[in-house]
Amino acid sequence: MADISIKGLHKTYPGSTELATNNVSLEVAEGEFMVLLGPSGCGKTTLLRMVAGLDFPDEGSISIGGRDVTYLPPQDRNLSMVFQSYAVFPHRKVRTNIGFGLVMKKVPRDELEKKVAWAADLLQLTPYLDRYPAQLSGGQRQRVAVARAIVMDADVLLMDEPLSNLDALLRLDFRAELKKIVQQLGSTTLYVTHDQVEAMSLSDRVAVMKKGQIAQLGHPITVYEEPADRFVGGFIGSPPMNFLEGRVTQQGALEVAGQSTDAPEFLARSAARSGGLPVMVGIRAENIYIEQRGAPGTLDATVDVVEPLGHATLLTVDLGGQVIKVQVASTVRVSPAEKVGLRFDQAAIRFFDTETQLGLTA
Amino acid sequence: MAAPDAPAAARPRPRPAAPRGRPPRKSSTSAAMLLIAPSIVFMTLLFGWPMVSGVLQAFGGPEGLTTANFSRMAQDPYFWSSVGNTLLLIVVMIPIQFVLALAMALLIRAKPRGSSVYFYIWAIPLAVSDLAAGLVWLTVFTDRGYLNSVLASVGMEPVSWLAYDNYASMFMAVLIAEVWRATSLVFVIVVAGLQSIPKDYEEAASVFGAGFWDRLFHVTLPLLRPSLQTALILRTILAFQTFAVALALTGQNFPLVVGETYRWYTGLQDANVASALALVVMAVSMVTAIGYLKLLRDQSEAPR
Ligand SMILES: Nc1ncnc2c1ncn2[C@@H]1O[C@H](COP(=O)(O)OP(=O)(O)OP(=O)(O)O)[C@@H](O)[C@H]1O
Ligand SMILES: [Mg+2]
Repeated sequence: MADISIKGLHKTYPGSTELATNNVSLEVAEGEFMVLLGPSGCGKTTLLRMVAGLDFPDEGSISIGGRDVTYLPPQDRNLSMVFQSYAVFPHRKVRTNIGFGLVMKKVPRDELEKKVAWAADLLQLTPYLDRYPAQLSGGQRQRVAVARAIVMDADVLLMDEPLSNLDALLRLDFRAELKKIVQQLGSTTLYVTHDQVEAMSLSDRVAVMKKGQIAQLGHPITVYEEPADRFVGGFIGSPPMNFLEGRVTQQGALEVAGQSTDAPEFLARSAARSGGLPVMVGIRAENIYIEQRGAPGTLDATVDVVEPLGHATLLTVDLGGQVIKVQVASTVRVSPAEKVGLRFDQAAIRFFDTETQLGLTA
Repeated sequence: MAAPDAPAAARPRPRPAAPRGRPPRKSSTSAAMLLIAPSIVFMTLLFGWPMVSGVLQAFGGPEGLTTANFSRMAQDPYFWSSVGNTLLLIVVMIPIQFVLALAMALLIRAKPRGSSVYFYIWAIPLAVSDLAAGLVWLTVFTDRGYLNSVLASVGMEPVSWLAYDNYASMFMAVLIAEVWRATSLVFVIVVAGLQSIPKDYEEAASVFGAGFWDRLFHVTLPLLRPSLQTALILRTILAFQTFAVALALTGQNFPLVVGETYRWYTGLQDANVASALALVVMAVSMVTAIGYLKLLRDQSEAPR
């Protein structure tokens, strides 16, 4: 088992001028489950490929278990990987696909068979062991790729969207299974996903990436509740965080949408010094409550759209010209064009600098 | 497709319980026949007729059909040595060509500096006619050729590489010339085949601990099998027909089967025996091709 230490990775693909990863540094502790999250094209796969040794960085270093592996070929790194494209060998049956890594490691035959059977059972592939990949569905092929990776007992497990092609139910099942397996194996895991629920539920820590850089690194709950900048807040969560243009006056009031409430201490102080401070107010949909219009401490707003989601109801609300999303319990009855009052959970409000977009904290 | 299809497709008729729900045959036979008729006519004129007349000639004699041509062919002292030479050449040459072509194709794929230039250089012999290739190598191996000049310049005795009594060196000369000339065909096919294999598979193999040779034998070669099969069939059939290179280099000293056909036809003026020989070459080629197809068939039968 091994920790991964990534330092200052720069990578530009040949023929491209943009940095695919830009000075990425990341420490993944031994046995830690690290999730990489980020929009398409932000460099997640690139980072994983460099850890795997399939691409070499232009600058920076990678070490696994204290050993510098930056320029070591993949076969000497003792890791295993689920490829985003699966890369399941088309000329081998499911059985020998899963066992491929074990054969390369010269694992004895009976142990190999036992492991293959175990993985196939786990991923519900047992009926397909003697089929060729071309005879499988996309999701089944993806499961073969996952099975091939988990039988390896590798120090480092790299997974590039391993559950992306499964239906919602299977994904829910496997998410729990995967968490269990990885804990059992104790592998250090780097896991790429687009699915935020997956990221939240699986990870010990999340690294949110943006344009080749790590925008925020931290516990999933921290990243969710205290996004380091506007990008992270807007990327994580469904619906994403609401952003409202506001202003802290010299007197220490927070003005949003032409109405004002109290501003937090630290902002009031710096606003008093600078004579007023424009801010970006961030608040999540579930931290806004609907009340009677005109109730003290609420902001006047008008409901635009009502979307019942089953477990909750999502409202699109017009707040003095700015459109925000509000999530309320499904028992709350509201109708479009209704005039309501919005109460923000003061503890859940985040503030961002209007220029740097960075989070403002005390 | 042809117009007559349209109404039939537009109004699906209830089919009488078809065996195992095959899709209904849409095209009417006559339209299809009409469309392939030109090619059938051409094939008949250009292939069918010459072949039939060749077969008739092979079995033809003064008194009707006979197998005498075949026995004359077999009794000729050159025949069996030409068969032996041809087989030896094939057995030695084809593995060399495949290993070389594969190595060159893998080198190209590794994209060293100027790899596209290498590709064109290695593909050039494809455009050189076999007689020309034979003549080029003749300038190397002949008694006063380049090879002997080089030997002389380093103070060694010249060797009669192509002399009748120097079988080994004669064989080597033909082999080298043929390898030089014809490897490019295999090379081009293998390069095309390699390009169609996504890099992912080899990358996956290397992540799972496979070194270069493991990747080659467990991933690249199996995935390359269709290309190798094509190349093998083409190369073997063409190797049966090797002729001009040996003729240019050795005259009649290193007889090959197709060379014998030529000798019977032009030298001995016996078209019947020449046809018999040609027929044998054709039969062997066909059997070989079918054998390869059967032997190398993808057991998986799984489409990619
Ligand atoms: N082989 C390549 N050659 C050139 N540019 C590449 C190559 N692979 C990726 N890129 C570029 O590098 C950037 C990062 O790509 P990467 O595959 O790492 O994205 P990703 O975060 O994995 O995206 P996704 O979530 O869509 O898989 C992208 O802008 C992409 O266009
Ligand atoms: Mg990716």
